[in-house]
Amino acid sequence: MTSVAGTAASPAISIRNLFVDYFPRRILTDVNLDIPASQITVIMGQSGAGKTTLLRCMLGLKKPSSGSVHILGTDIVRASRRELNAVRKQMGVAFQGGALFSSMSVAENIQLALREHTSLDEKTIQIMTRIKLDMVNMLAAENLMPSELSGGMTKRAALARAIVMDPKLLFFDEPSAGLDPSTAAELDQLMITLKTTLRMTIIVVTHELDSIFKIADHIAVMANGRVIEFGTPQQIIASANPEIQGMLNRKPRENIVDTDAHLRRLVGG
Amino acid sequence: MECNLKSGAGYDLLELSGEVDLQYSPQLREKILGSLRSGAPLLIDLGRVSYIDSSGIASLVEGFQAAKSAKLPYGLLNISSTALQVLTLTRLDKIFNLYTDAAHFEAQL
Ligand SMILES: Nc1ncnc2c1ncn2[C@@H]1O[C@H](COP(=O)(O)OP(=O)(O)OP(=O)(O)O)[C@@H](O)[C@H]1O
Ligand SMILES: [Mg+2]
Repeated sequence: MTSVAGTAASPAISIRNLFVDYFPRRILTDVNLDIPASQITVIMGQSGAGKTTLLRCMLGLKKPSSGSVHILGTDIVRASRRELNAVRKQMGVAFQGGALFSSMSVAENIQLALREHTSLDEKTIQIMTRIKLDMVNMLAAENLMPSELSGGMTKRAALARAIVMDPKLLFFDEPSAGLDPSTAAELDQLMITLKTTLRMTIIVVTHELDSIFKIADHIAVMANGRVIEFGTPQQIIASANPEIQGMLNRKPRENIVDTDAHLRRLVGG
Repeated sequence: MECNLKSGAGYDLLELSGEVDLQYSPQLREKILGSLRSGAPLLIDLGRVSYIDSSGIASLVEGFQAAKSAKLPYGLLNISSTALQVLTLTRLDKIFNLYTDAAHFEAQL
């Protein structure tokens, strides 16, 4: 029996014995993780550790080779298309490179899911869109086209789109990458507000240490396709794992790899 | 969501309870706009609402706009602290007339 990272009280997401391959390569190895409801969980780890792949599994976009991913009680690995769609309606996603549709205005991009999945009145859709744009401080940009937005505005528009359906679960991959510090700080505050006022469960992949310690209730640390530690920020800081200390102190990677192995990789043999 | 409209006493009282979400907000919208079309002031009691999402808030906002153009008094009664947080987040707490006692709404009629 593998030990499970996470907390006991009915998690929003529960991952068991998850193995994922991009054949022939194994990408995730025996991941076990419980993500608590109505809290912010940060997934951190070096580039290539498998963070985005893990998110893609939680979204039902990548099928694991084995294991289960229960989301709000449904195992999405084994769910029918209909069940998966029902779960997906509860999820908002703002992804790495998740672009807006360039042929539609900001408002039209945000309204897309409402038009597709609900039969709400046009007026309701319009007001909901403006409420969400106001939340991300983008009301003035509602009629702009994506090509007319700055990087930070694009991220905020993508966030407004992700929350337009009031999702119970919100997924972010690298939300603050490429943002200036004050815009990044605003985004952090917004995530905290969404958690406390709308009780959203928020899962964030990020490298930004400042942001991590400001927003995280729990942190899952990944390395080489495994979750090597899960805990509160205090627990992670106190971790005895040198690899984790390396990430926290931003030590160069070379300090924590086996130098002989590294030499063999470079030279061969 | 349960939605109960009481007429009389010089205004309509709309009592809501349960969860107001995407599924029920069209019904809420119809009730609100229907009441206002009849020309009555409207007080909406949110005291037993356990959850309201942004489609529900949008219906309340649209009702407020409709009441304003019809020059009808429009108030929200007994809003829960969580619903109030949602309104505050969207800066709507300053726009609505919020009451904790129906008598205060009646006094304005
Ligand atoms: N579509 C794919 N096909 C094949 N291999 C993939 C694919 N996507 C990811 N991988 C591999 O899976 C591993 C994990 O990638 P993943 O994108 O999950 O990493 P990450 O932790 O998100 O990294 P980063 O911080 O750089 O975004 C990498 O070695 C990558 O090469
Ligand atoms: Mg990634």
